[in-house]
Amino acid sequence: MNDRDPRTEAGVDGEPALGAEVMAEVAQDFPADEQWRRLSPRMLLVHPVREVIRFLPVLIGLLIAGSAGGGQNWWSLIGTGVAVALGLLRWFTTTYRFNQAQVQLRRGLLNKTTISAPMDRIRSVDVTATILHRALGLAEVKIGTGAGESELKLDGLSAPHAAALREDLLHRRGAGAPTSDPGPAADGAAAPVGDGTAEGVSLVKNRASQDELIYALDPAWIRYAPFSPAGLIAALAIFAVGGQIIRDSGLNVENNAQVQSTWSSLEGLGVALAVIVGIVVLLLVMVILSVGGYVLSFWGFRLAHNEAGGSFHTSRGLLTTRATSLEKRRLRGVELHEAVPLRWARGATLRAITTGVKDEGRGMSSTLAPSSPRDVVCRTADLVLGTPGALATPLQSHGAAATQRRYTRALGTCAVPAVALIALAFMVGRAWIGALAVLPLLLGIALGRSRANALGHAITARFLVARSGAITRRTSVVERDGAVAVGIRASFFQRRAGVATVQLATAAGRQRYDVLDVPSHAAVDLAEQILPGYVAQFRE
Amino acid sequence: MELRDPANLVSSRARTYWATQYGVLGVILLAAATAGSSVGRLTGEWRWLAFLAVALVLVVGVGVIPIWRYRVHRWEVTSTAIYTKRGWIVQELRIAPLSRVQTVDTERGPIAQLFKLSTVTVTTASAKGEMKIEGLDRETADRVVQELTAATATGADDAT
Repeated sequence: MNDRDPRTEAGVDGEPALGAEVMAEVAQDFPADEQWRRLSPRMLLVHPVREVIRFLPVLIGLLIAGSAGGGQNWWSLIGTGVAVALGLLRWFTTTYRFNQAQVQLRRGLLNKTTISAPMDRIRSVDVTATILHRALGLAEVKIGTGAGESELKLDGLSAPHAAALREDLLHRRGAGAPTSDPGPAADGAAAPVGDGTAEGVSLVKNRASQDELIYALDPAWIRYAPFSPAGLIAALAIFAVGGQIIRDSGLNVENNAQVQSTWSSLEGLGVALAVIVGIVVLLLVMVILSVGGYVLSFWGFRLAHNEAGGSFHTSRGLLTTRATSLEKRRLRGVELHEAVPLRWARGATLRAITTGVKDEGRGMSSTLAPSSPRDVVCRTADLVLGTPGALATPLQSHGAAATQRRYTRALGTCAVPAVALIALAFMVGRAWIGALAVLPLLLGIALGRSRANALGHAITARFLVARSGAITRRTSVVERDGAVAVGIRASFFQRRAGVATVQLATAAGRQRYDVLDVPSHAAVDLAEQILPGYVAQFRE
Repeated sequence: MELRDPANLVSSRARTYWATQYGVLGVILLAAATAGSSVGRLTGEWRWLAFLAVALVLVVGVGVIPIWRYRVHRWEVTSTAIYTKRGWIVQELRIAPLSRVQTVDTERGPIAQLFKLSTVTVTTASAKGEMKIEGLDRETADRVVQELTAATATGADDAT
């Protein structure tokens, strides 16, 4: 385990300057090297800082409260020390290596674990650099393999090394494969592995010039940020973290004189004004936070296509930068999201349907275009899919029964608050509360109409296009070649209405894509179109 | 044009197997209800409600569910595809090409072993594309597994 080669480590890590020289050196190092190596020694600086930041609220609390704060906070300080020590220990016990066949990561002191990712199973490579990483010229490399396997994470390589590694991991195999192949090639086992070091160097150099830019974020599109649900989620998360910090710092909100006086002066203004002020403040905070969240995660978003390597690259981020590479053959389609406020502003977002990307959090790794004008997003989708007009395909409507089900279901849900309001009106004896019950019912009708209008599907030469939803409207374009199974599902009520849900199971994205409430007679035809040649034998 | 049902029923012993499963569950619930009322935790109408619920589980679980399920659960393996049907309130038909099958597992619980029954689970590359055949007799299960394994060994493209 201690047999790492200090020369290579220094050669790669010692000189942070970007350039062909470093790239070439990395490429030369990369293929034949079977040495176990450690992550960048600069990570020894990152670990303590990271732990201190994590315990920052407690430390501030200790400073504010002083000795009066009580004994239990000192334990947090000791905890911080232990965490720092463990972080340092982790550096000494974590090693990785490459060879022609696989990437391996070994970690742990007593309980040693080795994670291996076979080269031909690598589906995506993700390079993330937090502001701390960037200050030290480091980056974290995540290597995504097939679904369900544990992710291989190399936290702390020097930035040029990480970038070169990303290029190399995805492109060495792809270089020999036919590049104009629009469909999925044969299984990865057949893909050739690049051999000589000279070839590696020349590939690195060629690639940079072959990147074709598909999408670049225009700063003016930040105007879509307040309409995006992602911003709202980010805002809520920040609220939760803020509340945690206030609690941990030992500040007692209820007994604070300043908070008390603000509250009592608000009470003096009258309830109606207070509610209006509250809503305006909340809206303002939401707008600021969602714009902030959008800028932080998507600033400088670029999506490029690399023809020779057969992959797509995205890069984004203001403080924490993130670069993701997706293998083109693993891309099974795209998903257009038009959630409600964004749709009203004629905006949309685009995600990739692909294998090997862990959709942790809000599925950011598979984002192909953040909130942007709808036509720009559609153009991006066309370029990514290589088939123009997939999202503009006229969709087949699902008929009267499906439409009726949209209305009954939407109204059924909205009837609950309506009935509650009427019951409340009887209980307190005020008729106007009962009249308010009209509002949820009107909302139900609007919702049902929106859902009925959205519902539809189409089959094209390559894809299944399915759209549904009112508030979170989604249009999925899934490659039919990617289907591993097809299902026809019908509940008791669906059977009575003469409709069924057709399900396409695939290894990519959300694993299953549903076409909701297709008329029963058309459901089998659709299943046959999804899996041609397999369904007909089971017909009556 | 609708799909026909898959050709094969599961083993006829599966009915007794499912009935036993629900019977065991009912007995456990009955014991819990009896214990609860003797300790004094279950009193008044709650006591009768609890026993009514246990009785319902026993009657429906032993008398209705196994017969219904036996009629609904069907399966078929052809030279190119596997076809299953499951569910009674929500019915689900699934078809997967044999070339897309990744693994074939058999599973035998303690009660299933008593009746010499197996559950065969066929997985594809999709986490949501799993197919399950419950209550096959052991010989049929072994044969199906052998057939499927042979068929999947030749297919290369699992569409991941």
